[in-house]
Amino acid sequence: MGKTLFDKVWDAHVVRSIEDGPDVVFIDRHMVHEVTSPVAFRGLKSRGLKVMHPEKTFATADHNTPTINQHLPVEDPLSAGQLKALEENAAEYGISHWGLGHEKNGIVHVVGPEYGITQPGVTMVCGDSHTSTHGAFGAIAFGIGTSEVEMVLSSQCIMQPKPKKMRINVNGDLQKGVSPKDVALYIISKLTTSGATGYFVEYAGDVFRNMTMEGRMTVCNLSIEMGARGGMIAPDEKTFEYIKGREKTPIGADWDKAMSYWETLYTDEDATFDEELNFEASDIEPMITYGTNPGMGIGISKSIPNATDVEGGVETYKKSLGYMDFNEGEDMIGKKIDYVFIGSCTNGRIEDFRAFADIVKGKKKADHVTAWLVPGSHKVEDAIKEEGLLDIFTEAGFELREPGCSACLAMNDDKIPAGKLAVSTSNRNFEGRQGPGSRTLLASPLVAAASAVNGVVTDPREFLS
Amino acid sequence: MAYDKFEILTSTAVPLPIENVDTDQIIPARFLKATERKGFGDNLFRDWRYNSDDSPKSEFVLNNPTYSGKILVGGKNFGSGSSREHAAWAVYDYGFRCVISSFFADIFKNNCLNIGVLPVQVSTEFADKIFKAIESDANTEIEVNLPEQTVTLKATGESESFAINSYKKGNMLNGFDDIDYLQNIKGEISEFAKNLPL
Repeated sequence: MGKTLFDKVWDAHVVRSIEDGPDVVFIDRHMVHEVTSPVAFRGLKSRGLKVMHPEKTFATADHNTPTINQHLPVEDPLSAGQLKALEENAAEYGISHWGLGHEKNGIVHVVGPEYGITQPGVTMVCGDSHTSTHGAFGAIAFGIGTSEVEMVLSSQCIMQPKPKKMRINVNGDLQKGVSPKDVALYIISKLTTSGATGYFVEYAGDVFRNMTMEGRMTVCNLSIEMGARGGMIAPDEKTFEYIKGREKTPIGADWDKAMSYWETLYTDEDATFDEELNFEASDIEPMITYGTNPGMGIGISKSIPNATDVEGGVETYKKSLGYMDFNEGEDMIGKKIDYVFIGSCTNGRIEDFRAFADIVKGKKKADHVTAWLVPGSHKVEDAIKEEGLLDIFTEAGFELREPGCSACLAMNDDKIPAGKLAVSTSNRNFEGRQGPGSRTLLASPLVAAASAVNGVVTDPREFLS
Repeated sequence: MAYDKFEILTSTAVPLPIENVDTDQIIPARFLKATERKGFGDNLFRDWRYNSDDSPKSEFVLNNPTYSGKILVGGKNFGSGSSREHAAWAVYDYGFRCVISSFFADIFKNNCLNIGVLPVQVSTEFADKIFKAIESDANTEIEVNLPEQTVTLKATGESESFAINSYKKGNMLNGFDDIDYLQNIKGEISEFAKNLPL
């Protein structure tokens, strides 16, 4: 019987399988950041262990970094302590470290692909659930806890049972104004936040084939929001074109050797999945969330569902709407917003800023809206400037900040104040996620841009000719 | 990090019948700034438990003296969202040794098993039975028996079995962790690494 893409990569990395237990899986790339690693390094020290493969380990600071005045010392002593711990641990164990102020610094899931660390057919982990992003390249990539970070540091392996396999096919043509973020939010709204728990997802069909690498990253990034361990897309010419010539990408004979492996990375025709789902591209419109988890999303032109029409408990649903200060049956379009956040590992890449610029070009930001534009990395920041997007933003009344995770999880000072309503291109609308009491509407960069201009939730299609 | 062995736990339980409890609620991101694993229990469910002026919210179950115990009973899809192990640490540090739910998010469940909190997945019907039993009598005792893989309402004897793979079960019973295991097969790992596809 044939193998799926996932089987091929997973099976090639199984050191041993334990009967009625997990597989021991070798990890090719380990991304490390300042928040989930310090306790792992402490564990390593207390056991007297070394980092087994520092050359397969890459550290960057992102979760807890300021997005203004990065050249100045970090004011919060706790944040500064974590950054210092990462720097010291990286130095002690010989790990590459792109810390705050480094020219290659940025969000871990943005810089990995940018510098060719992410490659097809590798296994990749990080103490961050959005590690699934790297699946866009045909890698098996997923988030792990700190105990597992310590395992990978000390043995380059993790121990997990092989997950079940799901394929999600989306075929047909997307409507105008529908972006990869909308495709992902649509799928999550159909599956709920637990619909893919226990599965590893492969995305297939016209829609993902036609997507750019950035778009594929956005989709794979959000796999965790439907509970999946991760998501992946078979590599193709677009993938190889993207990675060619990047800093860590193999060259010459090594490239040829890699290609001979990469070209085997697709799901065989006779391979089977534990679950297979099909969606039509034409059914998807620009999406927006109205509740407190990413599964609570609707087409932007729709109204908020009644409690009796949704899956799950009525009490939980009402608690969620109560937190958002919304009512069943209300329209989303026209709701007055206070903040707009564009950035994060979900939508902080150059393509996202291009989309934002397409809408705001020649227009003005609504006066009452505070907008935070946070590039995913210095490379993205540089591209924004080189492509002239910064001029467009400045003329429209927007400022650009420095790279980091920022208001996606609000560990730094970028917190949406209590009660304020934000349209955000990030990945989670949980209670308080963007700051205590903050209220989040997840959407695409196009929806965020249109809403920033109008000052209310706006369907971006009215801006697209 | 080694943890206490888990065999049979008999305790009253704290009910939290809310679905999709995410790890941002269990421990908000602003409390992830420590470089040591200590004090996370103080901030367990911080924003549900305390007002912005740090005064306790009396309606939240952890502030209700009626309920206590080493078992937390959560609603469906408990622990979704962020991979932060800090959520499992907070649960452990607060004093829970077991979480019961009709459905767990993957990474949270894994993190619990790695630090010595036993995640017990039961049927929706049995979860409802537990919630009702606690609602009618807060002193309801629940026995979680790892060797037998059963969870039992002591008063009525109603019981259900739960799944755990024998490797993880062995770890929990003995207080071992995966790092001990991996250190013992390092030679095999090094040999394996010589023949990777890339």
